[in-house]
Amino acid sequence: MDEYFGSYAVVAALFAVGLAVVGGALFANRMLRPSRPTAEKLTTYECGVDPVGDGWAQSQVRYYVFTYLYVVFAVDAVFLFPWATIFADPGFGMTTLVEMFVFLGFIALGILYAWRKRVLAWT
Amino acid sequence: MPEVLDAAVRLLAILAVFLVLPLVAGQMEHKAMAHMQARLGPMYAGGFHGWAQLIADGVKFMQKEDVIPAAADRRVFGLAPAVALVPYLVVMVVIPVGPGLVGADLDAGLFFVLAVMGIGVLGSIMAGWSSGNKYSLMGGMRSAAQLMSYELPLVLAASSVAMAAGTLSLPGIVEAWQWWWLPWQAIGGVVFFMAGLAELRRPPFDMPIAESEIIMGPMTEYTGIRFALFMLSEYAGIIVLSALTSVLFLGGWHGPLLPGPVWMLIKVFALVFVVIWVRVSYPRLREDQLQKLAWAGLVPLALVQLALTGVVKVLAG
Repeated sequence: MDEYFGSYAVVAALFAVGLAVVGGALFANRMLRPSRPTAEKLTTYECGVDPVGDGWAQSQVRYYVFTYLYVVFAVDAVFLFPWATIFADPGFGMTTLVEMFVFLGFIALGILYAWRKRVLAWT
Repeated sequence: MPEVLDAAVRLLAILAVFLVLPLVAGQMEHKAMAHMQARLGPMYAGGFHGWAQLIADGVKFMQKEDVIPAAADRRVFGLAPAVALVPYLVVMVVIPVGPGLVGADLDAGLFFVLAVMGIGVLGSIMAGWSSGNKYSLMGGMRSAAQLMSYELPLVLAASSVAMAAGTLSLPGIVEAWQWWWLPWQAIGGVVFFMAGLAELRRPPFDMPIAESEIIMGPMTEYTGIRFALFMLSEYAGIIVLSALTSVLFLGGWHGPLLPGPVWMLIKVFALVFVVIWVRVSYPRLREDQLQKLAWAGLVPLALVQLALTGVVKVLAG
């Protein structure tokens, strides 16, 4: 029990070290840098010409389909990990192997469906 | 008390690796790329073949003015580089470089690695969204889409190794490793490495930061130290990906004659060289080609690898 939390305490300590590295770099930068803001300098960069319209422009997002696909399959894939550690233990063997092919079949079917529905094609 | 001291030494070692190896990889990229393109690369800084170029860059970045555009969401804009960088440092805690030489041996190490590495991409989405710049926004969306598509083959390929080893602990996986896993897990290894490259947005998967089209995407508005932190996170990511690929698929510290950590270092830098080589050799993939490669190429290959791993493991063991 102690050891379990001990190893995560090391992870937490490293996280704190990481924050210190970033904080230290930003602090050193603050001590060393000049600060002469001008209106031109703070303008949004659009290749040298004045920015057109707002920064948060509307555009068509085609990626939402991939997000759906990902959520569906990633939730499946998470269950692979606990299964992966024990699937070949004595007494399982063939049963889990058949289960695995059922699982793979589901994923493959899902991707095939997405393909047939043409969500993987762009136009 | 000895445990605290032991942990402190490990943390210091990890921090040193985190601060030095990305610079070595960056310098290697400067020089290897230059010579592949019949140039010399940096030659001046430090005297001998420009070895101190990145240190000079760091000193310069440290003194540069911090420009935050008026249109940006200041708080998120300032936080994004930290979100991009810190996860790669945290991941290093579970990567073993030799027998017993690991920051912390977590039972769920592999799971931890995949979960924490995914956070790094959030930094570039945050940067893209908060910059108030159209190019950045497009780059951020592309980063998000790329993470979505390539995370699945990455996870599937990694779980194939977990099946083979029967454990999720990274030192446990390396201990269980045998030389014949090389051909057995070869497909998974290639899928993992390619998907990892895509998650790092390295060429040829660098559509989100394509500098000639959307001028570095999420990083368009970044200058000075915050830009340097983004760059550091990219190279730290290369080191982490190479180290993970060596641990999972190339046997980590296993190797004849030389001591374990030396083998680990050799394997890591061989893979870093491949990363650079690929950057110089392949043109950038178009956005739809990127997505198609993930879903119609890498995911099915990863599934084939899972089936192969399962069948061999059950029939042979």
